[in-house]
Amino acid sequence: MDINPILLLAALMVASTPILLAAIGELVVERAGVLNLGVEGMMIVGAVCGYIAGHSSGNPYFGFVGAACAGAVVSLVFAVLTQFLLTNQVATGLGLTMFGLGLSSLIGQDAVGSPDLTVAKLSFPILSDIPVLGPILFRHDLMVYLSIVIVAGVWAFLKYSRAGLILRAVGENHEAAHALGYNVRRVRVFAILFGGACAGLAGAYISLVRVPQWIDGITAGAGWIALAIVVFASWKPWRLIAGAYLFGGVTVLQLNLQAEGLKIPVEYLSMAPYLATIIVLVMIRAGRAPASLGKPFHPSS
Amino acid sequence: MKLLELQGLTKAYPGVIANSDVSFDIDKGQIHAVLGENGAGKSTLVKTIYGLVRPDKGQMLLEGAPFAPTDPRSARAAGVAMVFQHFSLFDAMSVAENIALGMENPPKTQDLATQIQAASENYGLPLSPDRIVGDLSAGERQRVEIIRCLLQNPKLLIMDEPTSVLTPQEVDILFGTLRLLASEGTSILYISHKLQEIRALCEHATVLRQGKVVGTFDPREMSNRDMAEMMVGKTLTTPKRAAVTTGQPLLQVSGLSAPSPHQFGTSLKEISFTLHAGEVLGIGGVAGNGQDELVAALSGEIRTSDDMILLEDQGIGADGPNARRALGLCAAPEERNGHAAAPDMSLVENALMTAKTRLSLLKKGFIDWPRSRAFAQEVIARFDVRTPSPETAARALSGGNLQKFVIGREIIQNPRVLVINQPTWGVDAAAAAAIRQALLDLASAGSAVLVISQDLEEVLEITDRFAALNEGTLSQAVPTAGLTMEKIGLMLGGAHDLEVAHA
Repeated sequence: MDINPILLLAALMVASTPILLAAIGELVVERAGVLNLGVEGMMIVGAVCGYIAGHSSGNPYFGFVGAACAGAVVSLVFAVLTQFLLTNQVATGLGLTMFGLGLSSLIGQDAVGSPDLTVAKLSFPILSDIPVLGPILFRHDLMVYLSIVIVAGVWAFLKYSRAGLILRAVGENHEAAHALGYNVRRVRVFAILFGGACAGLAGAYISLVRVPQWIDGITAGAGWIALAIVVFASWKPWRLIAGAYLFGGVTVLQLNLQAEGLKIPVEYLSMAPYLATIIVLVMIRAGRAPASLGKPFHPSS
Repeated sequence: MKLLELQGLTKAYPGVIANSDVSFDIDKGQIHAVLGENGAGKSTLVKTIYGLVRPDKGQMLLEGAPFAPTDPRSARAAGVAMVFQHFSLFDAMSVAENIALGMENPPKTQDLATQIQAASENYGLPLSPDRIVGDLSAGERQRVEIIRCLLQNPKLLIMDEPTSVLTPQEVDILFGTLRLLASEGTSILYISHKLQEIRALCEHATVLRQGKVVGTFDPREMSNRDMAEMMVGKTLTTPKRAAVTTGQPLLQVSGLSAPSPHQFGTSLKEISFTLHAGEVLGIGGVAGNGQDELVAALSGEIRTSDDMILLEDQGIGADGPNARRALGLCAAPEERNGHAAAPDMSLVENALMTAKTRLSLLKKGFIDWPRSRAFAQEVIARFDVRTPSPETAARALSGGNLQKFVIGREIIQNPRVLVINQPTWGVDAAAAAAIRQALLDLASAGSAVLVISQDLEEVLEITDRFAALNEGTLSQAVPTAGLTMEKIGLMLGGAHDLEVAHA
């Protein structure tokens, strides 16, 4: 067997980025007390829209912006349904996923890509040339670093900013937040939009960097993994990185093992990342969920 | 000097007029009570002042200037602060974060912590800013709310039923704080239906009934009875009972000892008493001296050895609640929502749950819904439970109505022995009188009633004999006739042996 550990670790960061992006968005949504199970649907709409926007404009970053917008627009449907029409969040989220899968398939029917479109790898002076650490940490594309910056930003926002405090308050006890005069629905709509934009970015990362092409069902359950990782991380931003990198790591490892032609049926290897996530979820005791998570709220009392 | 003037406030909801032409004034530094039954319009009135509800008609003047807050923030900005009945706190957050959420422009975390410390010392409300609110007691949680209000230097502090969750000691601390605030010039609007408290604290009171002001007076010059009648709008009758004819012993408890199932509970130590047919025995005591454990041991939630509790000479100490019900011992615990009744289930389902054994509401293991519904309707009709229908969820009923339902459910089962904890806790005056009368009627019909209560006036009013529960031990039961508050106080203080020695 000759799997290069440096390449493996470098690939791990790339493989983890879409899950991390989707999960950090969902984390903010859930901290605001909303359970949006439509991550997979928002991701795949982001993937197809990002692919089309990137390839038709010739600029991959334009693709990411388009994907974020597309994800946010899809999440707006969820926001209107659950926050204003008070539909059940679980059912609406599941519906959003199925809607997104179908919609992306429709949009992507004639999507044409050009082989020249690539997302540039960055190179940092000195840092990128450090042996071992350089290739693992400092030779990735912008989105890998952006995902970590978003995680750090969300952490600081929740911990230090007043808006973050209000968002947590809304997720903890929406009745009390309302009684204190905070606009629960507005906070939640913004959180849902942020979650949608992050899911869109995550999808575009798959279709523009990780795969990179458009095929139906390209997200392959990554949105569900992102949802699981939010619980795994006990709704704490930094722990998301551990969860996402664990899943990404097992994914990359099993791909390498497949390539090595290990004498295990491919199906078992493909199962491995999902299995690993489930096992870890069962083993760790998840922290306390936001107390108002998934509960409907109407500002009439 | 007037701080707030209310002029003709009217607010109607579909089908009900919550406030109708409500006018009164609050002076600076005044503690002003608003009294009223449940549903009299107190909540709507304070929500109007706090900007959560906008009146249909009428206006308010704050220090002479028109005051029409559109939301709580503008009310807070104008100097109005409110402590809610059900606390508006966030359990997973620290005291400091909770306080910051209630302020318009909170200072930096460190400065805020200093301010919290300072306010908690000035007003005698011990509180540490770093603690997580979920770990605090009810009294400490209320302190968080009060300090949150005080840090904004309010001109008017609204307290909505503030003592319903506090121990007597915590009530004393709270009243001390409120008097200090009033002496510093803060006006306080105190919403309550507890007459005793209003007399102790307030100089002015306004009574609301069905949304209208029916009287404004100085509560220190009114008797409880007059205030209660003004609230209810009819003459209250003191519970009366037919002549006491004490019969044979029904329930004999001897040497009952049981560890508390809760970490900070009080274990029962060698409790003995006898309950006779036709008798009402009162057990008094400060909360946390074993009341919950005693009820649990008698109802069958805590099992003991069989011979510790004898029901008509049959040992039942090891039986569960249903077996005891079948033999004729019914119980109603203190906590209505969640213990005596399942909050999210309908009244029919709640009625079924304790009555299925004695009234055979099950047929071959299946629920007999028509009979269960008829039973629930009977409870509702006989005990004047105000509810839209028997299918309404228990949590939707007001405290007094649910209490009438819970007690009525047990009484209609015609138990030989009824054990009841805090029968009128948090219940308005009219409902309390009805409940007490029902208990006396049950005793007159030949059953035995055990009333555990922290309301000593209630104990004096309806019981034949009285015993004090103190750190899990029970004093000798003495006849209630001739007992004074002072004597009861000594018994509660654990000095009952001294009393016996004197006698």
